[in-house]
Amino acid sequence: MSKKLNQKIAFTSFRILGILVVGILFWILGFIVYNGISVISWEFLTTGPTDGMTKGGVFPAIVGTLLLVIGSMAFAFPLGVMSAIYSSEYAGNGWFVKLTRVMTNNLASIPSIVFGLFGMVLFVNKLGFGDSILAGSLTLGLLALPLVIRTTEEALKAVPNSYRTGSLALGASKLQTIKRVVLPTAFPNITTGLILSIGRVSGETAPILFTVAAYFLPKLPSSIFDQVMALPYHLYVVATSGTDIEASRPIAYGTALILIVIVLIINLMATFLRLKLEKKNKQK
Amino acid sequence: MKSSKRIIEKIIEGGLKLSGATTSIIILLIIIFLFKEGSGLFQSPSVENGYALYLNSKNTVNDLDVSEIKHIFDADITNWNEVGGADQEISVFRFDDIFEIYSDEELGEHYSLLPEKLGEIINENPNIIAYLPKAFAPSNVEGVKVLPEKTISFSDFFGGKEWMPTATPSPMFGVLPLILGTLLVSFVAILIALPLGLGVAIYLSELAGETTRKFMKPTIELLAGIPSVVYGFFGLVVLVPIVQETLNLSVGETAFTGSLLLAIMALPTIITIAEDALRNTPSAMREASLALGATHWQTIYKVVIPYSASGISAAVVLGVGRAIGETMAVLMVTGNAAVMPHTLFEPVRTIPASIAAELGEAPAGGAHYQSLFLLGCILFLITMVISVTAESLSKKQPNKGV
Amino acid sequence: MIETKNINFHYGDYHALKNISMQMEANTVTAFIGPSGCGKSTFLRLFNRMNDLIDGTRMSGECLIEGEDIYKNSGQVDELRKKVGMVFQKPNPFPKSIFENVAYGLRVNSMGDKKFIEQRVEESLIDAALWDEVKDKLKKSAFELSGGQQQRLCIARALAVSPSVLLMDEPASALDPISTSKIEELIHQLKKEYTIVIVTHNMQQAARVSDSTGFFMMGELVEFSETKKMFLNPEKEETQNYITGRFG
Repeated sequence: MSKKLNQKIAFTSFRILGILVVGILFWILGFIVYNGISVISWEFLTTGPTDGMTKGGVFPAIVGTLLLVIGSMAFAFPLGVMSAIYSSEYAGNGWFVKLTRVMTNNLASIPSIVFGLFGMVLFVNKLGFGDSILAGSLTLGLLALPLVIRTTEEALKAVPNSYRTGSLALGASKLQTIKRVVLPTAFPNITTGLILSIGRVSGETAPILFTVAAYFLPKLPSSIFDQVMALPYHLYVVATSGTDIEASRPIAYGTALILIVIVLIINLMATFLRLKLEKKNKQK
Repeated sequence: MKSSKRIIEKIIEGGLKLSGATTSIIILLIIIFLFKEGSGLFQSPSVENGYALYLNSKNTVNDLDVSEIKHIFDADITNWNEVGGADQEISVFRFDDIFEIYSDEELGEHYSLLPEKLGEIINENPNIIAYLPKAFAPSNVEGVKVLPEKTISFSDFFGGKEWMPTATPSPMFGVLPLILGTLLVSFVAILIALPLGLGVAIYLSELAGETTRKFMKPTIELLAGIPSVVYGFFGLVVLVPIVQETLNLSVGETAFTGSLLLAIMALPTIITIAEDALRNTPSAMREASLALGATHWQTIYKVVIPYSASGISAAVVLGVGRAIGETMAVLMVTGNAAVMPHTLFEPVRTIPASIAAELGEAPAGGAHYQSLFLLGCILFLITMVISVTAESLSKKQPNKGV
Repeated sequence: MIETKNINFHYGDYHALKNISMQMEANTVTAFIGPSGCGKSTFLRLFNRMNDLIDGTRMSGECLIEGEDIYKNSGQVDELRKKVGMVFQKPNPFPKSIFENVAYGLRVNSMGDKKFIEQRVEESLIDAALWDEVKDKLKKSAFELSGGQQQRLCIARALAVSPSVLLMDEPASALDPISTSKIEELIHQLKKEYTIVIVTHNMQQAARVSDSTGFFMMGELVEFSETKKMFLNPEKEETQNYITGRFG
């Protein structure tokens, strides 16, 4: 009998843990939504900060984040997809591919602050871009690169090999097969990877601390060599420094809420794509 | 196929091959740049660049290490005999002090008489130690000797117990407090996250029904997607006050608060990887156990978990990696004290937080700057080791199938 | 039309095909039969160089189609595969529309303009006895067809580029009996215009469908002759044993 009792105790505790974890998520989300929702207004989203960050909105930070997302994806997405195509369609199983795989995994586990250091030394200083959208985008792009590569590789792997054989047997070249059959089939999964990378990049602070982020800019950026404000950095700065932390709290909650909403939307889109794909593949 | 098309294809394929090398090239570049900057620290003088320490020639002391210099100028060491000299009170002289003694006219046009005056002062005071810019220091004056320049040594860095990069005259670059702070926060975080994560992983892979799984998996992915700075903010406004209240501390920003927050952040990693590992156990094995009369729970801890041990270890290792590398969240909740941690309930500083907090203030190329890069190298190496370890662990996991 | 001389083929160390020489005439159907693992599929795949896709293989001997050694010029593999089409065991249409599936070979080989492609698609679907069933739903996904229809779609796809030879690797083994007989009927029609080589593990099918048959065993071509003769009066004992079902 005691082994049944043991099981009951164990399983009940696991159930509780499961609920606990879900509870933690709702606690965090709920807390920020509850405190931040009153701050969100059209004005908050479209005007800049005023009165030493205690009033106004976060519009320049939204713009900045958008620019950095576009910039980093412009760099990481083509490069990452090409790299994934190479390692999954062309490379055999030699030492080079094994090395590449190890290197990609390593790159994926590097802490974001190390990317920040590297970005500063290479893009800001050595290449002379200065604190700029260019430097920030490249640094964030490096951070996102392993994620794009990984998800694209998985997407390509999921394409049945019979498609490739069928195409080659009809006289198509390898590249034609990739372009006409493999990539279109893998496209939804690749897009999911892109969406997840966008989500990741929009929330990162450490890589942009020393490569692009500015505390306050009176004007919107006009070139890629300009600095820019960004949502995650804005949250950090408003929450920990500034002239009047207490009074800026509402702004901080509002910014945090926007960031959470971005994450929610990203995850929803990715899940939606995944479900659509599962439905489409219900053949054979 | 037309030959022009062939050529275009060859070019495209060449481009693809090149892009395949991208990640290796990037890692190489990171290593090169980081280590180049960081290693420069060991060529930096231990006294702030452009400055030196001057003693009276009669002083028997010829050498002072970094720690001694700091304590002298902090007035912790007050007598020369504490550093191997005669029994005399140390008289500390800083460069600015000369402007209290002489007026600008007395120092001549463009301060041309400065070196002379400084030399006189040093000569007249056998127990003086003067911290002067080399540009204005007395040179070749009898009675004045300069302490030989030493560079920052390995032991200063790796063994030093004090991290005070902005101290004058000698900044202290001892990383022990930072390393210990990082280890303390990370390992306590894993201590919390491991049982919790493993439990949830077991729940998801063994107990939960389809609908529950469909609901929980996105939840965990959501947790994984919340930006670090949002976690930090939550920690700052919620956890810190709670910790302060319930544990009756003077400040809520402690290593423990950091560990709590990191545990939450590492959970999704541990849960998803451990759950994958558990699910990969062949059903044939489970069925064999059940057929022998074992309960579901017994099957889990006697068969499934041992089978998935390497996968679970990989999950833990990766969770540790995540925790160690976390920057913003930790920065916002662990306080700002780069000192050797004695208990869990004091403020500490971790390596990534130090880099983030101090890089903005460190003049480029200076010793402080280089020391932060060296910290980055250490972080890089740690995460490399973790990544390789996790990968070799997950390879050991036998795959589904016979 | 097709001729091989002393073909030896290795997968790494494994000697898969041993000294195979044979001739196949134009506009005939040749069947390869034999127990599993005897090398018949490997041999079939020599003719459109699909074995090239596998690492570590070696081949010696000559393989001639219309007098030309197809292994001489490694750069022209695409051209070869236009001339020698293949239908696989499991139907493998692309995740595209029915029309685009058949048009695929034409597009990748830059054969003709829009009008030509439309024309060829219709002709191929007629030749594959599928046109009547799909002519109103050309834009629909190929996955909406039944298994038998998908296989005929793959045949149409192979025919669209106007090959001279059609290789079929157990084309009906994944299909139900009705679809199978439809395919066999199709083969009868197709041989008027194409030279067909078919691998099958179904001896009755070989007897029904082919003009000549080759019996393979453990990498060797044990016997090769007119189908009627092979089944009624085989020369070798192994052939006799296999046909009467004593093994395999």
